[in-house]
Amino acid sequence: MIRIQTGPFDLGTELAALKASRTDIGALVSFTGAVRDHTAGRDVAQLTLEHYPGMTEKALADIEADAIKRFDLTASLIVHRIGPLRPGEDIVLVIAAAAHRDAAFDGARFMIDTLKTDAPFWKKESGSSGEDWVAARAEDDAARARWR
Amino acid sequence: MIKVLYFARLREDIGTDEEDLPLPKSGMTIAELKADLRARGEGYAQAFEKGRMVQVAINQARASVDDIITDGDEVAFFPPFTGG
Repeated sequence: MIRIQTGPFDLGTELAALKASRTDIGALVSFTGAVRDHTAGRDVAQLTLEHYPGMTEKALADIEADAIKRFDLTASLIVHRIGPLRPGEDIVLVIAAAAHRDAAFDGARFMIDTLKTDAPFWKKESGSSGEDWVAARAEDDAARARWR
Repeated sequence: MIKVLYFARLREDIGTDEEDLPLPKSGMTIAELKADLRARGEGYAQAFEKGRMVQVAINQARASVDDIITDGDEVAFFPPFTGG
């Protein structure tokens, strides 16, 4: 299941919902990405997430489907927020559920590594030294490449 | 007609997030469309400046500069993704 939303999400609520759907789950692994108050020596007061409506949903659904097939996941969830966010707020949630923990850890890692380079979102930071678009990082491409 | 979408820094450079354009010629590639757009004005030239990483999607699927555009297509130009 994938969701794109402006409002916050709650990890406990999402985990409970995932577990309520099945009782053959032995392992759940979650990743939460949050807004930092600084980047490369600059302060960040706000992070704004932009996306490509239509393509974003497809991209996240494809990433999730790949993860489910590749790691034999029992269930999964990707939630990504859009719009203006403040330091400390959550941006993204990925949950992978499986029979055993290897698949759950790998599935969660695969989904976040892949969505960072393959899902059409763009971040803009603003702080005391002005506004700037976040640049794509070589480390993210490297993380994505490890799964190919 | 084709619908052209611009995201993030490209949208700011060009000053619009979307426009409908007549397809200049049939069998046109993305590379040829970029060259056409670059010549439309300063904002476009800045957005598509050589050396800037600009990626493209046709009908919401990632595409490359050699891909051909068909009438009715939705073409989107954007910087590399930075989500997550």
